[in-house]
Amino acid sequence: MTNLEASAVTPLTPWKATLNQRLFTVLLLAVAIALSYIVVAVTPMKGKLAYAFLFMLFSVGFQATHAGIKRGRTAAVDAIAGSIAVAGAVLVFTPVISLIFTTIIRGSKGLRVNTFTQTMEHAAMTDPISQGGLLHSLIGTLYLILIATVISLPLALLTALYLTEIKGRAAGFIQFLVQAMSGVPSIVAGVFIYAALLLTTSLHGSTIMGALPLAILMIPTVTRTAQEVLLLVPQDLREAGVALGATQWKTVATIVVPAARSGLITAVILGIARIAGETAPLLFTLGVSDKINWNPLNGGQSALPYYVWSGLGLGSPEAIQRAWTGILVLLMIVLVLFTAARILGREKK
Amino acid sequence: MSSAQVTERQAPPAKREITTLPRFSDRVFRGVVSLMSMSSLVILSLIGIFLAYRGFETFRSQGIHFLTSPDWLSETDASGKVIYKFGMSAMLIGTLLISIVAVIVGVPLSVLAALFLTFYAPNSLKKFFVTIVDVMAAFPSILYGLWGFFVLSPMAEYWAKLINKYFGWFPAFHVDDPSFNSSPFIAGLVLSIMIIPIVTSVSREIFSQTPLDRIQAAYALGATRWAMIRTVALPFGASGIVGGAMLGLGRALGETVAVYSVLNIVYKINWHVLYGFGGNVASMIVSKWGEASFTEAKALLAAGLVLFIMTLLVNMGANSIVTRTIKSGR
Repeated sequence: MTNLEASAVTPLTPWKATLNQRLFTVLLLAVAIALSYIVVAVTPMKGKLAYAFLFMLFSVGFQATHAGIKRGRTAAVDAIAGSIAVAGAVLVFTPVISLIFTTIIRGSKGLRVNTFTQTMEHAAMTDPISQGGLLHSLIGTLYLILIATVISLPLALLTALYLTEIKGRAAGFIQFLVQAMSGVPSIVAGVFIYAALLLTTSLHGSTIMGALPLAILMIPTVTRTAQEVLLLVPQDLREAGVALGATQWKTVATIVVPAARSGLITAVILGIARIAGETAPLLFTLGVSDKINWNPLNGGQSALPYYVWSGLGLGSPEAIQRAWTGILVLLMIVLVLFTAARILGREKK
Repeated sequence: MSSAQVTERQAPPAKREITTLPRFSDRVFRGVVSLMSMSSLVILSLIGIFLAYRGFETFRSQGIHFLTSPDWLSETDASGKVIYKFGMSAMLIGTLLISIVAVIVGVPLSVLAALFLTFYAPNSLKKFFVTIVDVMAAFPSILYGLWGFFVLSPMAEYWAKLINKYFGWFPAFHVDDPSFNSSPFIAGLVLSIMIIPIVTSVSREIFSQTPLDRIQAAYALGATRWAMIRTVALPFGASGIVGGAMLGLGRALGETVAVYSVLNIVYKINWHVLYGFGGNVASMIVSKWGEASFTEAKALLAAGLVLFIMTLLVNMGANSIVTRTIKSGR
């Protein structure tokens, strides 16, 4: 063994860029930055857009020329294509960074202790932010998530089991419908509940009514993720269960589902992340409340997205500050959920 | 052998029944699961039935004008009778315009990002980037609305001015007076960012299924990376990209809150992308809902049905394309 290790040579990696090549690339980019500054200073083109555009133009041009001189026209085209792909990825990346940072910077300005301990019962959205808070909306959102999960989880899980365990005659059709359902716009789910339950009855918007459209939106997300993790459970486990004389019900309940447990939790979390920020359906079904409402069947409720929505609608500086703070809290909830789903999903693999 | 001997022997135990029929518990299990799996069918049908039922009156009184007329108003005539005119063509055109902008901007960026992730990015960067794109899909739509209104709009207004200055001769970029804010262009840009995650992840999945032997064959024949992408990956993934783009279109058609936040909603037909007003069906429902009478609310539910059918058709088409491509790749 030791002999083998000693005689092992470091493998050649001719496709990797050498230090010189890397330095040269950095140099090219530096020249491109310098040139775009000069052009902006000299010509009438101005602004961040001009910088970004010129920098991209110059860097792509330099890389292509360099590749072209060294290895010919084909290599130049390849270099251009590569730079464009990188530019596309950067352009996709930029708004995400901007979204997250803007939310953190603008939202954190409105964070006070009373933001989390008070409701809007004795304050208006346009009052200074030292008065009132979003506690009622936070509780409302958690309440909505809880009810929507309770409604949608059995349906979604059983649908996923039908698609992976029973594989009945309708499996293809159900799969198709679940995919179609994931494309239903959230506002349609909202107006549907309104048309079905609220328009001609004496019922009013309440927590449970708000949770119904969210459950509709949650079902396809949970079903599809649950289906994927159930498919990851090895077929051997199922066969082993049946071979030991278990019925299919016992096999699924005691072997398949426990084996996929963390994945199924991930599915639920992703479903929750999907609905936590839904605004449009709540406008029709949630009613209004500016205090904590523990009764799910009666009386309006508030939710973080709705809080943000009303702040944005009012438009005074305080209301908009509340909207940013609300969206910050909402974004944090979504990110925490997402991270949790990621960690659980990683343990599985 | 006498028969007495046989009767003396103990009777053999009853034969165990060997059958492939499921046990009672399994039959219950299968029954319950199959029944519950019909929930998606039930929900989708109920949405269609209820919206059609509530909207029926509007469809009957307005006829084809519901789709072709741009007016949405109620008038009181001389005898004091209220006449309703409901037409959603202005909003349909607005929806189309915004979604086209979203697809034109969003899809190429997503495909480039997917190409970068599949064929260019080193592994560590790739994992990070994929997470970012997934997180993007989970952002609340009101966040895009808020960000679009306060951050993107001022920038996009300037871009709109530039486009109008240099490409104003193109009819769609014409504006009657210099009002560039809150235009369908800006709403489309916000939507283009919102559809990036879905288009990117679908395209990435398709690209990652490009047969490895064909990729290696291309490299073995001396192809550069771009030549390989052009001759192997893109032809292989073309229909999948179309499917992904349609999924994005489906999302763009039904987006409400983000569009409502950035767009100046006016009930007039506007074909000019850069001109500062427009609307889409979903945002119309929200903006008209507050002060809607019972009759108008029904008309809005009818508009909801139109939106539902539109998105359902686009999504079903997209899904069948994507599924077919992924299957053929195996």
